[in-house]
Amino acid sequence: MAASPRLDGEKKKDEESGPPAYLCCVMLVGRFYDGLGAMNEPTRPTSTSQLFARFRRHRVHQQKLLACLVVSSAAAAATATATAVAAAVLLLYCRTVADSLAGLVSSQILLRGSTKFRRMDTQPVLAPAIDASASVMCQLLSPEGDPLGAALYLPQNVGPPQLQEIVNQLLHNEEKLPYAFYVGDEELSVQLGAYMRQKNANVEVTLRIVCQPQALFRIRPVNRCSATIAGHTEAVIAVSFSPDGKSLASGSGDTTVRFWDLSTQTPLFTCKGHKNWVLCIAWSPDGKQLVSGSKSGELILWDPKTGNQLGTPLMGHRKWITAVSWEPVHLQSPCRRFVSASKDGDARIWDVTTRKCVISLTGHTSSVTCVKWGGDGLIYTGSQDCLIKVWETSQGKLVKTLKGHGHWVNSLALSTEYVLRTGAYDHTGKTFSTAEEMKEAALARYKKMRGNAPERLVSGSDDFTMFLWEPTISKQPKARMTGHQKLVNHVYFSPDGQWLASASFDKSVKLWNGITGKFVAAFRGHVADVYQISWSADSRLLLSGSKDSTLKIWDIRTHKLKMDLPGHADEVYTVDWSPDGEKVASGGKDRVLKLWMN
Amino acid sequence: MPQGDHIELHQKRHGRRLDHDERKRKREAREVHRRSQDARKLLGAKGKRFAKKRYAEKAQMKKTLKMHDESTSRQKVDDDVQEGALPPYLLDRDQTQRAKVLSNTIKQKRKEKAGKWDVPLPKVRPVAEEEMFKVLRTGKRKTKQWKRMVTKATFVGAGFTRKPPKYERFIRPTGLRFTKAHVTHPELKCTFNLDIISVKKNPNGPMYTSLGVMTRGTIIEVNVSELGLVTPGGKVVWGKYAQVTNNPENDGCINSVLLV
Repeated sequence: MAASPRLDGEKKKDEESGPPAYLCCVMLVGRFYDGLGAMNEPTRPTSTSQLFARFRRHRVHQQKLLACLVVSSAAAAATATATAVAAAVLLLYCRTVADSLAGLVSSQILLRGSTKFRRMDTQPVLAPAIDASASVMCQLLSPEGDPLGAALYLPQNVGPPQLQEIVNQLLHNEEKLPYAFYVGDEELSVQLGAYMRQKNANVEVTLRIVCQPQALFRIRPVNRCSATIAGHTEAVIAVSFSPDGKSLASGSGDTTVRFWDLSTQTPLFTCKGHKNWVLCIAWSPDGKQLVSGSKSGELILWDPKTGNQLGTPLMGHRKWITAVSWEPVHLQSPCRRFVSASKDGDARIWDVTTRKCVISLTGHTSSVTCVKWGGDGLIYTGSQDCLIKVWETSQGKLVKTLKGHGHWVNSLALSTEYVLRTGAYDHTGKTFSTAEEMKEAALARYKKMRGNAPERLVSGSDDFTMFLWEPTISKQPKARMTGHQKLVNHVYFSPDGQWLASASFDKSVKLWNGITGKFVAAFRGHVADVYQISWSADSRLLLSGSKDSTLKIWDIRTHKLKMDLPGHADEVYTVDWSPDGEKVASGGKDRVLKLWMN
Repeated sequence: MPQGDHIELHQKRHGRRLDHDERKRKREAREVHRRSQDARKLLGAKGKRFAKKRYAEKAQMKKTLKMHDESTSRQKVDDDVQEGALPPYLLDRDQTQRAKVLSNTIKQKRKEKAGKWDVPLPKVRPVAEEEMFKVLRTGKRKTKQWKRMVTKATFVGAGFTRKPPKYERFIRPTGLRFTKAHVTHPELKCTFNLDIISVKKNPNGPMYTSLGVMTRGTIIEVNVSELGLVTPGGKVVWGKYAQVTNNPENDGCINSVLLV
């Protein structure tokens, strides 16, 4: 373009000598006709025509100056740089001379910037655009770290939906399963090209993308309290949904266990029999029995269909019962055995059909605070003497002692816990007619959940930390999770085992990676100690109940508060999310049971 | 009624009748019938007295019987079911009892509107103006006496700037300005050091309220966010009223009681 080199020269002179603004105007007025001549370029047809139209509209001298300046600047910047356009627009809007001068100066600065930039490389600079031809080298990995196929060259406009298709094809899935993709520890939610630009990632390094399968179904967060059912005359201490999600039971300080009808949201049965507070309840994984333990050390079995006691109370413990856990249904169906932990320091395995204590697991020197029956036939007990002991169930022999904590072990969580609790029932709502069918279905579910990895155990303690163990592999902890500022009260794995959540008395709930134990996010919002947590069945939502009488639902994807559920008049002691995701039940010191629904 | 002891004297000298014991036994046996006749036939004041006495005897007899019954049974005495049930993760921890449901905001708003407060100190000794203010003499000849200095504790607020000294009539010395108060929760009986948000009402008059003077009986608003109180609606409570219970100008600190 004829005009541009000359104008460039002018600009050079400007910068060197720094003449006052009006001189620039004069020079550029001189260039007016040159500029007009140069306007016939096809590069900027629309803008130049606009400028010309504006020039015709404005008859005032200053406006003429402005217009020619704009024209010249447009001509000078041969390429469509954003800064030049901005400069031009700026000038057009100036009404007074002073403004125009100011606009002029700023436009000069802008143009200077762009021209400087231009001068550095002799070629005109192209604006960066998403080029579909450039590709990124990616390696898709499974959550455990195994590669799914070879490394692929993927174009830059590939986003999560396309990646999902690729993964489904690589794994030969019959039905399209949803996946979430993580690079490093962050979720990949944009196209590959945009992601690379955001992170200024090196194109030469292979991008490692971890594919995590997500649940097929999506649970909607509950947002209203559908029923406040009074009935208990003392605080509600334990609340639990049955494994198929169709019945609800609660234990309270008034020594009764109550069953509630979910369809009408009214009380069903009131079961009396305990002599002191009912401290813990547990449904058998086939949903046919409920066992409850009390403060006086006795355990009673109830029939959920009639509300009657099944036999006499099981006595044996000398102090109160702290936790109860059933044997998984894939190991034995119909459910016969369960283990109970007590303050007197031993855990007992009971057989329901013979109504006797089969084995007594002694060894702890202090109160056993939690007990879990694992999916491969081992029992894990955590105690106030800072140890976690692993027992085998046929003889009751101690297999391992896991040392590491500095204070009481408050809570244990297994990666397969949710599957063990729900047994053979899943989101499809299938019912089973025979015990063998149930056992097979439960076994299939358990195998799928576990995969090839060993069972992981997490323990939360009063020493403000948590340990991640793989007890079948080694005695040493795999990871130590620090960060809480007060004791950790409750730890819980997500139903798919990818995440781990911990509730602590420091008013926060923390989210950790369930496989490596790395910290992911902290959820703050409660104003008092967080007591219990519960996951939704699709692992996308987390529910927490606290001393400040509110329940809060947190979103795992966005790491933010999803829903705040106030309504209780006093501390919330227990929460449970039904396995079908429809309802949430919560109970606390205000003696009412609240049911929450969408 | 025999007067004197001639009956005993005769019994001593001559002995009793030969059928004395039998007669005594039969008389006592008839006593039962006698009592039942009385119970049926006595009327009026006598009847009432008799009935009362009989009832007291009956109750006493029942108690003794029950006592005897209990000692014969061999049951282990059960622990009483106590109040205040706790979940197992809280059983071994002794936590300070926190105050339960708060008076909700609606109640407070209504009370505010009515101007009636249920306060721990309903009446306080009125403070005279001479006691509250000290007259400052100003001017070249120290004859002007329109300035006053406050001699009691005050609260001025964070964004307070004085009026130009030439024009300020009431001087609040910085030494008597307080920002924090010791607030005692009446049910928990524990004291917290909380920030003062504002002076709500001074019983000595609206002028003192506007100046921010805190004397005994003044209602102040304190920041209770560190207590972690939540209303039934789920909102976090961060301001509550408290009443000053001491004389801050004498003690150097403000002691108050939270109005729940």
